[in-house]
Amino acid sequence: MNLALKDIRHGLFRFLLTCFGLGLLMTVVLAMIGIYNGLVADALAVVKAPAADVWVVEAGTKGPFAEASSIPADTRDAVARMPGVAEAGAVNYQNVEAPHAGHTLRLYVVGYEPGRPGGPLAIMQGRGIGASHFELVADRKTGLLPGDTISLGRNRFTVVGLVEGAMNSGGDPAVYLTLSDAMALQTELDPAAQRVQAARGAVSVKSASVAAVIARMAPGADVDLLTATVRQWKHLAAMTQAEQEELLLASVVDKARRQIGLFLGILLSVSAVVIALIIYTMTMEKLKQIATLKLIGAPDRTIIALIVQQALILGASGWAIGLLLILTVKDYFPRRVVLEPFNVMVLAGIIAAVCVLSSALGVRAAMKVDPATALGS
Amino acid sequence: MALGDTLIEVAGVAKHFGEGETRVDALRAVDLTVRAGEVIALLGPSGSGKTTLLNIIGCILAPSSGRVVLDAEPVFDGRWLRRDLRRLRLDKIGFIFQAHNLLPFLTAEENVAVVLDLARRPADEARSRARELLDYLEVGHRAKVKPALLSGGEAQRVAIARALANRPRIILADEPTAALDSARAGLVMDLLRKLAVEQQACIVTVTHDEKIFDRFDRLIHLRDGRLAAA
Repeated sequence: MNLALKDIRHGLFRFLLTCFGLGLLMTVVLAMIGIYNGLVADALAVVKAPAADVWVVEAGTKGPFAEASSIPADTRDAVARMPGVAEAGAVNYQNVEAPHAGHTLRLYVVGYEPGRPGGPLAIMQGRGIGASHFELVADRKTGLLPGDTISLGRNRFTVVGLVEGAMNSGGDPAVYLTLSDAMALQTELDPAAQRVQAARGAVSVKSASVAAVIARMAPGADVDLLTATVRQWKHLAAMTQAEQEELLLASVVDKARRQIGLFLGILLSVSAVVIALIIYTMTMEKLKQIATLKLIGAPDRTIIALIVQQALILGASGWAIGLLLILTVKDYFPRRVVLEPFNVMVLAGIIAAVCVLSSALGVRAAMKVDPATALGS
Repeated sequence: MALGDTLIEVAGVAKHFGEGETRVDALRAVDLTVRAGEVIALLGPSGSGKTTLLNIIGCILAPSSGRVVLDAEPVFDGRWLRRDLRRLRLDKIGFIFQAHNLLPFLTAEENVAVVLDLARRPADEARSRARELLDYLEVGHRAKVKPALLSGGEAQRVAIARALANRPRIILADEPTAALDSARAGLVMDLLRKLAVEQQACIVTVTHDEKIFDRFDRLIHLRDGRLAAA
């Protein structure tokens, strides 16, 4: 006869309400884990998207993500001709805000050369950029649809395709333009400013510079040799894909990651205290029944099992409700919430351990109950 | 009435709480023997030592000195002679409480069967024994009902069934009729007497209920921790 289940069934509504409360707490814990993962995934998404082997950037910078980087656009030709390089492409990155459908969209503009590395890997809907100008491919999170048009700078662009999971470390969804359009967006002045510059006799501020050049290596080619060769040019620096990812995590998202990690630790501690309090209160309410069980001869293991099983059922229910809720609402979060099965299972293990440890307080109270108290009225 | 074996033997049992100026002698060298088939009452004013004696016989409280033998097994002689006192209670002693103390989350049948479940008897045997006892005590029709929905008399009969589930030969009752009217109190005591005779058990009852005094074989009076009369 399982006393824990019988007791739960007896006060089912109250127990379910408690589980729901704990489930909400677990939702927050899972959301924080998801946001933490999302932060890392978002940060790496833009680095991983071009599927590069080597990043060539401005010397003395950690560009193009951790720091600003500006190199001559013709560096791409020089890199493409180097031994072992299969293909190379120049890229440009910038943030813009653009009005669309009554809202202001904050976008991460990626300029790339169609047919060369740096563009979107997979088009989920529509097609890639086919024209030289005024077409863009947008991340689905922008809310743009194929056929929509949007003004960026002085020009109006037509959305021709959609991608998924393309954004910067701040969570701003990406749009892909041709490199020339992106450079124009970065440097073109509005007509009034142009007139002022012309009146001053100033030359155009347009310059043919890009943020980085991405290189993909031929099979079997030596990446280290390429980076070492590039570094010999005093105005350029080169780093491998792994170095770029490491740099991004260490510099751009490290503080946010640690902040969320710390908050997650606090949340887990709060959960442990809440579970301990619930189990302790549930046990205290049953002291007379526990005394009766002891008096009629129930061994300690029966009483410990009653408390620990209820704690584990509570934890498992809270975990399941939390998981169900976060899976239901995760797409409504402004930032990406990424839940890996491994994280979810680790949390289940942590919750199980917390439940067992938390029930120790209740078990201690139960063990101290004098069976003689059952004899009193 | 033919009396059987000695089931309870308490010899020179004393119990004090505290030391020095705060010392309280709850029991002073009490001797008591109860035989199978006997139904006795422990009487006395509050603080006379009735509950202390009941707790000592129930192996809930260790005496300060003396000797206790239950169902021919010495269990205390200056110290406990058995480590597993809960198993001893499970095997030899049945308890009936003033407030019946049924577990609220179990049905009447489960409240009885739980004792056999704790003794690791098969579930089928536990249920069948529970039904047998509930039928015998005329509450079989309420087997699937939770204690909250039982009347006072029904709940007390379920509690008696629980006390008898493991066929103990010593039944300790603490004010078993306090919550019942005189008619029901008389019925409960008649029932306990019948069980004592049929199952060759003894029943020790702490009571203040004068209307059932005539249902006991002996009235044991305690005053200031001593037996006043037997």
